[in-house]
Order: sequence, then C-alpha cells, then structure tokens
Amino acid sequence: MIRVENLTKRFGGVVAANNISFEVKKGEVLGIIGPNGSGKTTVVNLITGFIKPDSGRVFFAGKDITAKPPHEIASLGVVRTFQNVRPFYNLPAYKNLVIPLYSPRAKSFEEFRHGDRDHIALDLLEEVGFERDSPIPYKPASALPHGYIKRLELARALALKPEVLICDELFSGLSQAEIASLLPILEKLNENGLTLIMVEHRLKELFELADKVVVLEYGEKIAEGKPEEIVEDEKVKEAFLGAEVI
Amino acid sequence: MSELRKERIDRPIKARTDDIYALMGYKEISYLLLPRVLPIAVLLILPLIVPNLYYLRVLNIALSFAILAASWDFLANYVGLVSLGHALFFGIGAYTAGAFSAYFDLPIFVTIPLATLIGATISTALIYPTLKVRGVYFSLITLAFPLLLARLIEATDILGGTLGITDVEGFPNPWVESYLLIFSLIVVVFGLRRLLGEDLGIVLRAIKDNDLTVEASGINVNKYRAIAVFISSAIASFVGAYTAHSYMFVGLPYLNLEYSIFPIAATVVGGMSSIAGAAIGAFILVPLSEALREFGTLRIAIYSLLLMLFIAIRPEGIYMFLWRKYHQIERWVKA
Repeated sequence: MIRVENLTKRFGGVVAANNISFEVKKGEVLGIIGPNGSGKTTVVNLITGFIKPDSGRVFFAGKDITAKPPHEIASLGVVRTFQNVRPFYNLPAYKNLVIPLYSPRAKSFEEFRHGDRDHIALDLLEEVGFERDSPIPYKPASALPHGYIKRLELARALALKPEVLICDELFSGLSQAEIASLLPILEKLNENGLTLIMVEHRLKELFELADKVVVLEYGEKIAEGKPEEIVEDEKVKEAFLGAEVI
Repeated sequence: MSELRKERIDRPIKARTDDIYALMGYKEISYLLLPRVLPIAVLLILPLIVPNLYYLRVLNIALSFAILAASWDFLANYVGLVSLGHALFFGIGAYTAGAFSAYFDLPIFVTIPLATLIGATISTALIYPTLKVRGVYFSLITLAFPLLLARLIEATDILGGTLGITDVEGFPNPWVESYLLIFSLIVVVFGLRRLLGEDLGIVLRAIKDNDLTVEASGINVNKYRAIAVFISSAIASFVGAYTAHSYMFVGLPYLNLEYSIFPIAATVVGGMSSIAGAAIGAFILVPLSEALREFGTLRIAIYSLLLMLFIAIRPEGIYMFLWRKYHQIERWVKA
C-alpha cells in the first residue's frame, strides 16, 4: 500500500533520515518507534509531502507520490494526524470538521455529499468517542480537554475516509484510560480495512496493535520485524537502553 | 476598602448562538435587528442631510475608505494575509477603469464592473507567486508592489505616465455618486460577514489559524488564499474604479502609500476582525483628517498623535466597545 524506498533527508549537517526503506501492505498496522530525535516525524513528513526528500521515493498503491504537495497526497487517501495538535480553536468541535469535509476528497463521497453536514460531523465525532448527546461536541475546541483534542484530530483525518492513516504520536499526553478507550476504535478501523502507520512512544500499547514494527535511531532503520521479534533484538535493546522495551 | 472589579454578563436573550435564533416576540427581534437596521438607515439618510457639496464629498471619501478598509480587514484579520500594498488593488482598478473610459469611451456602468473583475484578476495573478511566502515577508513584498507599478508607469510613460489619464467620464449626478457607494458598502459589509460564516469562510479563517492542518485535510491552501485575494482585490479595485470616475482622473497618486496605510489605521481604530469595525474606523478618521485641515502642515502630526492616543486608550477598537455595551450588562462588584 505504502512503499518507501531509500528515503534520505538532511537538515544542514544533520541527517534526519538516512536511506530508509520499508513497506506496509493493505490492512496492516505498521508501528514506527525510536528514541527522541530518531527521525520518526521526519519520515511522516516525507511520506505526506510536508517536506521533500533529498533522495528516495514514496509509492502509494504502486504510484509514485514523492514530493507531491500535501493536499494532493491527502486527496489520494494518505492522511496524517499531527503530533502537536492545533485545532481551529475558535470553532466549536463539530465545526472543526467543516474543513476536511470541504475538501474535494470528502465531497467525492456519495454519503458525504448528501445529508446535513453538521450531522455528518457529529457522526464522525461519535465514532472517535465524543458523547453525542452531551454538550462536548458543541464546545469551542479551545475549551476541550487534551484527550478530546486528540480525538478531534483523529476525526479530522477520518473525515477524509483515508485508505492509509498515519498517526503521529496519537497517544502522547494521554492517560492509560484514555489510550485504552482509543485502542478499540483504532482496531475497529483496521478491521474495516484501514491501513495504519502508527508513530509512537508508548510501546506497550503499540505492540498490541502492530503487525510489524520499524525501529529508527539517528535517522537510520536499525530493525524491522514482528513486535515479538523486535523486543528480543539486541540493537533495539541498546537503542532503548535504560528504557524498558515492553 | 475592598477593591472593585467590573463584572460583565451577557444580556438574557434566548438561544443566541452563531447561527440560530429562537426569537420570542418583537422585543428580541428588534434587539437583533437594531444594530443592523440603524446603520443602514443612517447611511441612506446621510446624503440627504449634508449641508453642501463639500460635505457630500467628505461623505463619499469616508464611504470609499470604509469599503477599502473592510476589504483589508477581511484579508488580513480573517485570512491572515497582512497586505501592506492595498494601493496596488486600488490603483489597478482605477487605471483599468480610467483607461477603458478615456481610451475606449466605454460608459461608466460598464467600466466599473469591468475594472472590478479585471483589477481583481491582475492583482491575484501578481500576488499569487508571493502567497508561498509567509507572515511579515508577504507584507514586505506587497508593500513594494504599488511602488514598483508607479515607477514602471513613470519610466515607460504608459497610461498617461506622470501626467495620468485626464479625460475620464464623471458620474451623471451626485446622487448616483453617493448612493452607489452606500449600497456597495452595505453589500460588502454584510456580504463579507455572511461569507465568513459559510463553509468557505470557515476554511479561510482556518487557514489563518493553522494552514498546515488545512493542507493536511486535503485542501489546497494556496488556491483558497488566492480566492481570498481575488475577493479582497475585487472590492478594492471597485473602489479604485469608482474614485477614478469620481475625480475624472487617474494618475500616480492612486498608487500612494496612503491607500495602503489608511485601511490599516481605520481597522485598528474601528476594531479588527469584524469588517463593520473597519468601516466605522473610516467614518471617524476621514472626517477627523478633514477637520484638521486648518492646522496646515501640523495636520499630519496632530492626526498621528490622536491615532496613537486612541490606540493606547481603546486598543480593542470602537466596534468591540459598542458590541460589549450593547450585548452585555456591566456592573461593579466587590473583588
């Protein structure tokens, strides 16, 4: 579904991504892990067009999408969430979804084209765990607790009906309970055929979900394999030295 | 002695939200209608009560600057494109109308709509390459555009060169001249405010907030920025075309810094991000500037001083001040 070939990106003297290759098949969940500054977000930015690679290619469904503008990549169905979520604070939560629903991709779906847009927005919010009959979906985004802001970001991505969803540290800043309530939502999306790429710090939860894990360190891929293999990998243990892998 | 603080409470109007009104009786209907109907009524009556043609001229200047300021407020405070070169839009509109009128003898009610469209198209085409540049750099580049155009006209002697185009058709009578602007101001202010509440407006406001998230939502941010520039420059070009016909002349002064800076000053005085505030600001600054004429060369100094004082005392702008007084009850309570 997504194939990354020899991606390299330098920022000045720093090699943020060095010759990284991996592939994720349709319906799979790929985890990307690594210590801080290992280039995880750079890889997400490279795939989604927010930064252009110095060399290497990105393929989606066999088509070369390298260095296409971000909105075109999103329009193809490769949709990302942001690590530092900045919703449209002045707008009520459900009105935040006006923006993705206004995109050409969302408008191309029959079920989004008809029917009340506010209802569609509320349906999407309900899907990610907003209580529909509560005042929460109607609150301005600025008044939402952090957990709901993360959910709102997920709903924003889902409004594009993605084929590949790339979550950049979706779980960061969330409590155990909040993560526990998000996991079944992601599992269900995956069961319905959504391909997931999860960039995560929270390894325990990620390993429950992931079919395959790619480990980055200093911009290089140091390991790739099933979660149970990764846990045993010597290089990975070294990279996470001091931190418990699982 | 205990300290006092000001408490503000929203007036108890039922179910007041952004777009839903549950109205209960004529009192509430008039409460909502008054701030809309009153300014329209005043505008419509003004040309009938001004004592002479001089004041009618001042009114027309205030009206045209009000429209110009509204278009600047829209682009800067809602879409986040702080243009320091509104004179470009204004000047292109003026020159287009002037050229069509003087060189092709087209009637006034053809040249103005034509100049509005052509002016917006040329302006958008010129600004488009700079849309990728963000923040203050965008502002600086736009600042240079009108100056560049003026030097170009000066150097190549096209469009009348330094002399300008003089035989531009005038308006048939003062009533048409004033009421055209009054209706335009009403359409622009209410139209823009309506637009900003629609989906397109929400997308434009979101681009100002966080363009990366809008881009990640599958929306071509530059395209929508260009649409916003088109809307704003169409309005400014319209005012330019109007002014060209009003003075029966187009020349280099149309590209003066004044037309770039005044809309900003008016918006600051009137209140940012309200469209109506920008218009109110123009109605304060234009008469003020006229009233200070007797001070001769000191005029600009006094004008600037008053402007600074105003910003220091009422930084929120007049619109927000009036809005608060109208919609909220204030009282002093013990802190």
